[in-house]
Formats: sequence, structure tokens, C-alpha cells
Amino acid sequence: MTTPLTVGENTVDSLLRLDRMPHIWCQGCGIGPAVGCFTRAIESSGLDPDKIALVSGIGCAGRAAGYVKLDSFHTTHGRALPFATGLKLGNPELNLVIFSGDGDLVAIGGNHLIHSARRNMDMTVICINNFNYGMTGGQAGPTTPLDARSTTTPYGNFEYPFNVPYLVAASGATYVARWTVLHVRQLEWSIAEAMTKPGFSFIEVLAPCPTLYGRMNKEPKGLDTMHSYQERSVVRDGADPKDVAIDSDGPIVVGKFVDIERPTFWDQWKLLLDRAREKKK
Amino acid sequence: MKLWRTPFDQAEKAIRPAKVLIDKERCKGCGYCVEFCPRGALVMSDELSSKGYTLAAVADESKCLGCGLCDILCPEFAIHVVSNDNES
Repeated sequence: MTTPLTVGENTVDSLLRLDRMPHIWCQGCGIGPAVGCFTRAIESSGLDPDKIALVSGIGCAGRAAGYVKLDSFHTTHGRALPFATGLKLGNPELNLVIFSGDGDLVAIGGNHLIHSARRNMDMTVICINNFNYGMTGGQAGPTTPLDARSTTTPYGNFEYPFNVPYLVAASGATYVARWTVLHVRQLEWSIAEAMTKPGFSFIEVLAPCPTLYGRMNKEPKGLDTMHSYQERSVVRDGADPKDVAIDSDGPIVVGKFVDIERPTFWDQWKLLLDRAREKKK
Repeated sequence: MKLWRTPFDQAEKAIRPAKVLIDKERCKGCGYCVEFCPRGALVMSDELSSKGYTLAAVADESKCLGCGLCDILCPEFAIHVVSNDNES
């Protein structure tokens, strides 16, 4: 344990477990700003922190559950969404936030992701996408862009990656957005908007991984990746998710892609209950 | 800048001097705050932290407008910007 704070009362510190700071994330890791945006979004949205539960899977981003002073749950690999579904059905008052990485949500938990979106479970998913499996040593994953290098693809990745917003939007999510960690203000607003919106909300957050992905792709420092975000990102709200795939050096389309209304799992369940009770009479 | 009349919102839009506090225990020297400060008020110092990271430091406090970008961009939650009004 380090002595908490030589500085005064920080705004995010009230929602962080100070006894665990400094955290284990590498120098220049993008997960820190994303957690900061999440804690600020709780404040700006005016939601009661006691009614928010944070569920995370395994991986670097999954560590976020241990650093926040909320009801949090660090689940098994890829199974953050099923655990959250159970939590939501057990206590429908809870506002659920799933904070996890691309390796957890899209790779091993890919099936759970599309089915949670299909059911339109009332939850907010914050997916930190750093294009590789960071915690296990930088292996290529299903989000690694074509021709990008990683420890398991030293000659460049030959597999086509997932276009995650397209996948989730096609499965039936009601809110889909993508931001990089450089777009801190937009990310904060987006998280606040997604948390107050009923239905399945998905936010993809592109984050630098200087230690593994960046080092293999000529961006050895977090700052290099941030500069590439600054040059390459194009804000295009309402863009068709089909057109927002990420190349290793092409433009990165960010913004809010989908914002629709659809009955949630809980609404449909209540309709069914009403119908079943009517028949009995 | 010379103004021909006093703006209605001058009091609330006036630049207030702010203070940037950096937690030396937490800073890992990634340089995001130094690079993205719109006023160039921060600088990488030669000082090393107890873990051996190069620390960020405030170069010129008078340049700071208190926008708080360094505060929200810091991956280590190590920066806190306070306006001097609140302190007093």
C-alpha cells in the first residue's frame, strides 16, 4: 500500500480504491483514462453509485473491477456478460456496467456478446480494444488488424479481424459508439449517455498498448499511439457500422454509430407475464 | 485585449489562475499531460520517482488556464487541477 495522495481530494479519487494505487497498468496504458472517464461519467450522469455494479472479465482491462469503489465482480474469462445477466435478472434495479477487454468480450466471450445484444439486456458494455491479448504476452487476437505484427504474427497478421461495432449492431444493440482514449470528453459523455439509456449499449474504446502491441508496430511509446490516433481518427456520428472497420494504418472512424429504441429483455418478460396471467382468469 | 464594453459574462468567463498538483507516488512519466497541455505549462523533469520513472512537473504555473485536460488524460489518476478560488 502506498500513502494515498500527496495531492488534495481528486474528483475521481472518491470512486477509486486508493489503497491499491498506483495500479499495475503499464506506463502509457490507455485503460487508466477510460476508468477515469467512467468514474466522471457516474458523477455527470447523476446516477447513484450504490445502484451501479461493475462486472469485468479477465485481462488487463478486467483489473478495473479491483480498482473502483463500487459493487464490482471479477468473473471468469469471457463470462462477464452471463454473470451480469444473472445479476440483472436477480436485481433489476441495478445499473450494470461491463468493463472488459477485446480478448475477453470479443474472443472467448464472443458468443455471450452477440446473445446479450440479441436479447437486448439492459446493460452498458465498455470494451477496451488494444488489438491484442495484452496480459498473456501480446498474442494476435480476433481484433488484430490485417498486416499488424504481434508476438504470434511476427510477419504480419494474415487473418481478417472483427469489425466490432458492426458485429454488435447487427446482433441488435441499441447504442453503439467508438472512441479512442484521446477523445476523453466525448468518451465521458458517451458513457454517461449509454448508462442512462435502457437496452444494450456498447462502447468500443481504442487504447494504446505500448508494451506489447505498440512495440511490435513501430509505436514503442504510448505517446506515439496517441499521435497516430490524433492524425488518423475521423469523427463521423451516425456512420454505417459496416464502413468503420479498422486497418493497421488507415483512418479510424469514431463517433456514435447506432442509437435506437427497442424493447429490452425485461420489457418482453413483463409482457409475457401479463399475457400468462390474463389467460388464468 | 481591449474591449469597447464590459461583456455580460466577464465574471464567469474570466481566466482564473489554477494550480496543478502532481502525485509523485503515482506518476509513471508517460508524458501525455506534457504533450497534450494546450498551453505548454507542464514539462518532463529530470527527477526520478521512487520506482525509477521520470516525473512530469509544472514548468510555468502562470500559463495554466485550469482546463483540466491533464487531469482527465492522466492514466495514473496522478494529476489534480484546483482553481485558486476554491483553495482560499
